[in-house]
Amino acid sequence: MITMKKTIGTIALATTLIFNVSCKDVNKEESMTESSDMQQEAMNDGGDMAMNDNQTANAKIVLNDYFNLKDALVGDDNAKAKELGATLMNSLKSFDASSYSDSQQTELKDIMVDAVEHAEHISESPIEHQREHFKILSKDVTDMVAITGTDMKLYEQFCPMYDGGSAWLSMNEEVRNPYYGSSMLKCGKVQREIN
Amino acid sequence: MKIFKIIAWVALGSFIVIQFFPVDYNSSETVPKTDFMLVNKVPATIEKTLQVSCYDCHSNNTEYPWYNKVQPVAWYLEDHVKQGKSELNFNEWDSYSDRRKNSKLRSMIKQIESGEMPMESYTLIHRDAIMDSLKQNTVINFLKELKSKN
Repeated sequence: MITMKKTIGTIALATTLIFNVSCKDVNKEESMTESSDMQQEAMNDGGDMAMNDNQTANAKIVLNDYFNLKDALVGDDNAKAKELGATLMNSLKSFDASSYSDSQQTELKDIMVDAVEHAEHISESPIEHQREHFKILSKDVTDMVAITGTDMKLYEQFCPMYDGGSAWLSMNEEVRNPYYGSSMLKCGKVQREIN
Repeated sequence: MKIFKIIAWVALGSFIVIQFFPVDYNSSETVPKTDFMLVNKVPATIEKTLQVSCYDCHSNNTEYPWYNKVQPVAWYLEDHVKQGKSELNFNEWDSYSDRRKNSKLRSMIKQIESGEMPMESYTLIHRDAIMDSLKQNTVINFLKELKSKN
C-alpha cells in the first residue's frame, strides 16, 4: 500500500514538473510575438489625446463588462457568461465613438461590429464556444484600449496552450485562465502591462 | 370518432390556407461585386464546393427544390436562410472589414472542421452538399491561406 502511494506521488510530481516546464518553454517563445508593434504605436499616439472624461467613461463600461464576463469564464459558469455576454453586447452597441478622429472612428466601428457579434454568440452558446469567441473578443477589446486608452492598470496575459496561444486582459496581475477555468486555472503569464 | 374527423378536416383546411401566405423567397439574379468569388482568387473546385454546400443559406440566392415551396416548410426555411445570411453572406464578403473577415474565416474553418457546417438538417436532403474529408481539407486549407494573407 505504501509503495503504491509513493508511486502515485512520484507520478503526480513528475507530471506537474513536466507540465510546468512545457508551459514555460512555449511561453518564452510565443509570448512576445502576439502583441503587434502597430498596437503599441496606436497606444502611444492615441493614449494622451484620448484621455478626456467622456471617452474613458465609454471604454470603462465596456472594460468592466468584459472583465465580468472573463470572471464568469474563469469560474466555468456558462449561464452567467451568457447573461454577461448580453450585457457586454449592449454596452458595445452603445459605445459612442464620436469624439475620436475619423480614422480612429472607422477603426473603433470595425472593432465594435466584430465584438458585438462575438458577444452575441457568447450570450447563446455552450461554454466551449463562448471561450472560442472570447479569444477574438479579447483581441477586439485590446485593440479598443489601444485607441481609447484607460486609466486602469491592466495586464495582458497569455496562455500558450489554448488554440495555438491566446491572450486576454485582466485587472489583476495574478493569472486566472478564462480559457480553461478550474481545469488549468493558473496556466499562463503576464506578457504586457498597460499603464 | 367524430372529433377526429373534425380535427382532420381542420388540419387539412389550415394546411391549404397557409399555402396562400406569401413567403419572402431568397433569390437574386445578380451577383454583387462584393461576392467572395469575385474578390478572391478561388480555384474552380473550391468554388463549386462552396456554391453547393454553403451558398443556399449564406448568399442572396437560394436554389429551392419544389418541396421547399410548400408551407410550413417554406416558413421554416425563410427563417433559417435569414439567420444564415446574418451570420455570413458570401455575396457581401468585401463589405466586411478586415477584422470581420478574419473572424468569419476563423468561424468558417472551425465549423467545417468540427462538421457543424454544412448543417445536418440541410445535408439530410441535399446529399451533394455533404463535404467528405477531402473536400473539407481542400476548403479549410484554402481558407487558412486566405486568413494568413488578410
